[in-house]
Amino acid sequence: MSESPKKVMITVRKAPHGSIYVQEAIEVMFIVASFGMELSVAFIDDGVLALKSGQDTGELGIKGFMASLGALTDFEVTKVYADQQSLDDRNLSEDDLVFIGEDEETEEPVKAKITSSENIAKMMAEQDSIMSL
Amino acid sequence: MLHTVNKSPYSNTALESCLRFIQQDDVILLLEDGVYAAANGTRISHLIEKALDTHSVYAIQADVKARGLQDLITGVKLADYQDFVKLLETHRSNAWL
Repeated sequence: MSESPKKVMITVRKAPHGSIYVQEAIEVMFIVASFGMELSVAFIDDGVLALKSGQDTGELGIKGFMASLGALTDFEVTKVYADQQSLDDRNLSEDDLVFIGEDEETEEPVKAKITSSENIAKMMAEQDSIMSL
Repeated sequence: MLHTVNKSPYSNTALESCLRFIQQDDVILLLEDGVYAAANGTRISHLIEKALDTHSVYAIQADVKARGLQDLITGVKLADYQDFVKLLETHRSNAWL
């Protein structure tokens, strides 16, 4: 008997370096993806700040997670969304965002897909489970 | 979907974001500092008043009492922990932390 994979969404709503939430969220993404669940990730509110390019935590004396973020697709984390409204509120656009890896087929670098709150809300409604980080 | 909000609406955008993403038939449960949003006559009470037009809104009674909130927005239902468990049994949940 085969069951369809569980649909899980991870929401990231915290800014990246003031707490360990985003770092933990990335770890959880890798875990969920490795268990073969159907994972989607939504960066909302201050969470979109984690996707900003040009972050350098060197002077903070911490390694940071930009390398992990840049390799999400290598870990099968491919359904990654950024909330348009949250980006607009922070004067960020697609040009400001980091690449999260490469497209599996075309090998082109890909970014989080920018979409409306309404679309993300619809995706939330389809999930078996939502993990907030 | 049951949306839980546990942050003060004055210091955190959790409630506003919850209201931005909420869908038809979804339910809101306020707990911990989130219950301050249920107070009547505040700067932000219009948020819950508007939500009540289309959604059920609960506030955890123990948290309301602990904070001495007596004048709540009409329509907000008080819930004890058993009610909370029942809501979790009958809904998937989305915690706006």
